[in-house]
Amino acid sequence: MSDYLVQFNNISKFFGKVIALKDVTMKLKKGEIMCLLGDNGAGKSTLIKTLAGVHKPDEGEIIVEGKKTIFDSPKDALDMGIATVYQDLALVSLMSVTRNFFMGREPMKGPAFFKTFDIEKANKIAADRMGQIGIDVRDPSQAVGTMSGGERQCLAISRAIYFGAKVLVLDEPTSALGVHQASVVLKYIVKAASQGLAVILITHNVHHAYPVGNSFTVLNRGKSLGTYEKKDISREKLLSMMAGGEELNKLEVELQEMNRSTAN
Amino acid sequence: MSTKSKSIETKTDINQDERLKKVSKLRLLLNRPELGALGGAILVFIFFGIVAGDTGMFSAYGVLNFLDVSANLGIIAIAAAMLMIGGEFDLSIGSMIGFAGICIAIPAIYWGWPLWMSIIFAFSMAVLVGYFNGILVVRTGLPSFIVTLAMLFILRGATLAITRLITGRTQVPGLRVLIEDDPLAWIFATDTFKWVFTWLGSMNLIALRTDGTPLATGIPPSVIWFIALAIITTWILMKTRYGNWIFASGGDKNGANNVGVPVGRVKISLFIGTAVAATIFATIQVLDAGSADTMRGTLKELEAIAAAVVGGCLLTGGYGSAIGAAFGALIFGTVSMGIFYTDVDTDWFKVFLGAMMLIAVIFNNYIRRKVTESK
Repeated sequence: MSDYLVQFNNISKFFGKVIALKDVTMKLKKGEIMCLLGDNGAGKSTLIKTLAGVHKPDEGEIIVEGKKTIFDSPKDALDMGIATVYQDLALVSLMSVTRNFFMGREPMKGPAFFKTFDIEKANKIAADRMGQIGIDVRDPSQAVGTMSGGERQCLAISRAIYFGAKVLVLDEPTSALGVHQASVVLKYIVKAASQGLAVILITHNVHHAYPVGNSFTVLNRGKSLGTYEKKDISREKLLSMMAGGEELNKLEVELQEMNRSTAN
Repeated sequence: MSTKSKSIETKTDINQDERLKKVSKLRLLLNRPELGALGGAILVFIFFGIVAGDTGMFSAYGVLNFLDVSANLGIIAIAAAMLMIGGEFDLSIGSMIGFAGICIAIPAIYWGWPLWMSIIFAFSMAVLVGYFNGILVVRTGLPSFIVTLAMLFILRGATLAITRLITGRTQVPGLRVLIEDDPLAWIFATDTFKWVFTWLGSMNLIALRTDGTPLATGIPPSVIWFIALAIITTWILMKTRYGNWIFASGGDKNGANNVGVPVGRVKISLFIGTAVAATIFATIQVLDAGSADTMRGTLKELEAIAAAVVGGCLLTGGYGSAIGAAFGALIFGTVSMGIFYTDVDTDWFKVFLGAMMLIAVIFNNYIRRKVTESK
């Protein structure tokens, strides 16, 4: 039973009359990357917030390591090892890498009542951790604002792992990034999974999801269209399952027609 | 300064990266928010050294004079800077000064309370006002600019109305006789290091009165409070967890919340900080003057914010320094007093204050872009 690290069974969430989520089921094992695909308005944000403990599901159950749990707050989810990295990354660009890395969870030293923030230790850990994932932090006291988008994403993920995440929920980690930056982040996600974490990767970009995912759940208008193992589904099929797929096909046809008419 | 050089050493320890350029100490200093204010303060001293060097401005008496003015402003500027780093404003500082003044004077004069009890009462009211400001801003999510602007009028109006109701006047004199033998008042009313000045006087190194006592009798309490606050707040910002939370709350409130920083509590505590600083200011001035005036502290909130901005605080929060605000206050205090020693008409002081602030904002904006630009 507890083969799965985390299970979300038949999750539903209603806002008044609006059905934001209906019967969404996701199960993850250790080391697995599940990609949650869906177009804008598919209910991704609501699902993320439910996973993160911001919303309480109206129906369904959450089972973490075989134990049924209810998240009353984001802190509950975090304590159970479910860490969510939002699109805004929760990084302060004016603050240093170290101060960001340990924001809210600073290592302390010194006697009681005169405890101080152990900056030296924090610098060392932050530089270490970033070094491990091949990001050259030139100086851990440099402001996060000087880092590239991909480096910031990796910093946020690395921070979540350092503070004991077992399940990583990543909200559109590659959406704002260029091709190279995105591949750096995706590589890091695969590496994190290979170390035994379960990753839920939320994205609308099939081209980013397909190479790294083990399984894929497609969300459309608040409902799951099913979960597929990689071997059971092709990239094209996934694309067309998202609401955008059909649209893109239509767009392609239209563009071809336009090309034809301009060629004439 | 010793902590700074220490952190530079550890930086080079953990980075043997050959791509990391050797950063000079000057370069590191350039990244500090208080740089502008430090440079400004040095310029101001050079300027008055040349223009007014032989006028008595830099005699013991003259120095204490402008230090006293700087220190008074500095006490509230430091608290305003802390709050600005935390991402909020407090426009009610000036009104809180007037309010705290009568909170001391009315109980002491009209209700017969001992002075120490009135002082404690004033500080308790400050905590309440600060808490109220904070909880309003945090709970409603309204800009603190508006909330504290409302508090500016409410507090000033209440101060006037209550004082006139109880005393029939707008001033409450007669406090001086109560200071002596009070167990608490001396903290706000004693000149320290008197022996140094007596000794300097006896050596004929500083100016004397006709009766042989030195003209400058000791370091005024404001200066001691100012220096102590500057050290404590800088330590808090750089070296404690709470300091990191202040930067985080001002830098990105949602982000900070998401990683577990108690943003609301941090902000409320900073609002309490400004109100308490205003009360320290008020207590020192009321005891020094021996009377409380309902209009005391008018416009002080803007001077405090100006000093904080000159000291490197960004209006958007998340960046700045307490020591910078202290330098900012030193600049304003020195110029406002120093101008008397020059031929320049004192009316020009406000022009200087405004111009200085404008330059500082432009400079800070540039620094912020430097700090956050992608490499």
